[in-house]
Amino acid sequence: MIRILTILSFLMLPAAAFATVIRTGPDSLLQHVLDRARPGDTILIAPGTYKQHDIVVRTPVTIIGENYPVFDGEDKYQLFIIAADRVSISGITVQQTGRSSMVDMAGIRLQNVSRVTVSNCRVINTTYGIYLQNSKNCVITNNEIKSSATDELQSGNGVHAWKSDSLLIRANNISGHRDGIYFEFVTGSVITGNNSRNNVRYGLHFMFSHNDTYIRNTFQHNGAGVAVMYSKHVVMVSNIFEEHWGDASYGILLKDISDSRIEFNRFAHNTIGIFMEGSNRIRILANAFTANGWAMRVQASCESNTIENNNFRENSFDVATNGTLMLNTYRNNYWDKYEGYDLNRDGTGDVPYHPVSVYSILSEKIPTSMILYRSFLTNIIDQAEKIMPSIIPDQLRDDTPKMKKWKL
Amino acid sequence: MLTVSKYVFLDLLKNRSILVYTAVLAVLSFTLLGLDGNSAKGLLSLLNITLLFVPVITTLFSAIYFFNSLEFIELLLSQPVKRAGILLSEYAGMALSLSAAFVVGVGAPLMVLLPIGASFVLILTGVLLTFIFTSIGLLIFVISRDKTRGIGAAIIVSLFFTLLFDGLMMAFIFSFSDYPIEKAVVGMIGLNPVDLARILMLLQLDVAVLMGYSGALFKDFLGSSAGSIYSVACMLLWIVVPLLLALRIFRKKDL
Repeated sequence: MIRILTILSFLMLPAAAFATVIRTGPDSLLQHVLDRARPGDTILIAPGTYKQHDIVVRTPVTIIGENYPVFDGEDKYQLFIIAADRVSISGITVQQTGRSSMVDMAGIRLQNVSRVTVSNCRVINTTYGIYLQNSKNCVITNNEIKSSATDELQSGNGVHAWKSDSLLIRANNISGHRDGIYFEFVTGSVITGNNSRNNVRYGLHFMFSHNDTYIRNTFQHNGAGVAVMYSKHVVMVSNIFEEHWGDASYGILLKDISDSRIEFNRFAHNTIGIFMEGSNRIRILANAFTANGWAMRVQASCESNTIENNNFRENSFDVATNGTLMLNTYRNNYWDKYEGYDLNRDGTGDVPYHPVSVYSILSEKIPTSMILYRSFLTNIIDQAEKIMPSIIPDQLRDDTPKMKKWKL
Repeated sequence: MLTVSKYVFLDLLKNRSILVYTAVLAVLSFTLLGLDGNSAKGLLSLLNITLLFVPVITTLFSAIYFFNSLEFIELLLSQPVKRAGILLSEYAGMALSLSAAFVVGVGAPLMVLLPIGASFVLILTGVLLTFIFTSIGLLIFVISRDKTRGIGAAIIVSLFFTLLFDGLMMAFIFSFSDYPIEKAVVGMIGLNPVDLARILMLLQLDVAVLMGYSGALFKDFLGSSAGSIYSVACMLLWIVVPLLLALRIFRKKDL
């Protein structure tokens, strides 16, 4: 009661006293407080549990939670809908949204807004964590977004962005969703320093999203690390991709991508490091591929890609492909399976290296033959093929393999 | 019985061939592991050596040694001891000393230079292979009538398991690739201890690639611990079955 009186007294102050600080607690309805707030006000939310839902923010206010007040959707409702520009929301816990096939239930939804900041929030067990639609210049930073999705159909994405521009998604921890971060028709955005893991489908998913950059993110144990589809000018730098295991698991899945860069990333313990299909003019430079099943799978539909200065170490197979057409360039890579020599001691091997091994082709045709992999007999086949290539695509080769590994 | 085992074990430790075997393994291990910083590559080469050397040398050496100690066995049999007991203690002494050679030759360098899980598995498979092929050597000794035939049989058997079997297997897989042969293949693998050992290591080194193949074989068998359990179980059978067979035949054999 006292709190409401305080609020009322604040409201009775003359209009000149703008940017007031309003305190509210679990007993009062936040929606009422928000409706009466004026632009620029700060709303402090006291700790406690708020069984309030579908809270619509229509004025540009700053919402700050004290010690993570909990907004609970009771498995039925959405929680915050931000429909005003320049709203900032931080330090709250949003949990238990409902699940619906009609509406994408979101913990915090940004609708047609710009310059909104969502920071230091905890978003727990929501279908969609933070949902941006048609928004510009928004910042999503330092949030903890976790759920426990088990299948693709029943779940949503951690950070979901649709038809947006110039977003900054930074330093979030995202786990247990369908896609950690999902971008559809999102342009000119930056994703950096996030940790996306244990998601059912992808750690990060791009669809029709051009001119985006993601750097220094970590992707672990997702269905696949990053899927980039039907996009161009995507910059992927200094990310870590680890432990994506399964028959459709990749560090990066590239489908119809062009004019992009993949640089200084680390791929370790993935079934496939990079899978490329229909992708053109991509520069794959200075990445470290370590202990993957296949470091790269480059389908014959890829053209004019350059793969240079990478380290390929301890992978079961270095490169696999599905045809004989070879329109990509491999140069100056370090391959730990290279057995050539360097007579003039310029650090570059004198004979070309063929990254596609014969057994990767054989086992592709007949998967069962994988059971004989690394037996004495298959070693003989590999050696024979090296001397006289007949099965492996002769055109796919690195003419200047490095003798020593790059320091990456 | 223990006295006989101890005697065989100590006699073999002084044996020049065993010493050479240990030394060769140790030199190979140190060179392969020390070649460059790439641990997986060294481990793979060591695996190849284990899969090739251990069966051939163990079978040959044990068969020859058993034939050479035939007179000693006859002498022992004139005493009031059971035939099974003598054969088992001969086997135990033999298998233990060859395993000791393997552990010192390969295990020690591995533990010093590369103490990871896969190294332990390699040592385990090496020891299991030693026990298996000593057991097969014993069976050859019991079955063969004279030393020359025995040695011939030992050579053929060890080459069959290291080379020929995989060739037959590959021919089988390629000619029946249109049929659901996965279960048959898993069953057939159980017939060759060398392949079982290789799969144990494959599960350590190449799980990532094995997970990339669709199909029940790789998911259920190779993709889980079931594969390892199956391999070890089959290998244990490979120790026990030839040993029991040898005991059975030896009990009735006219010396």
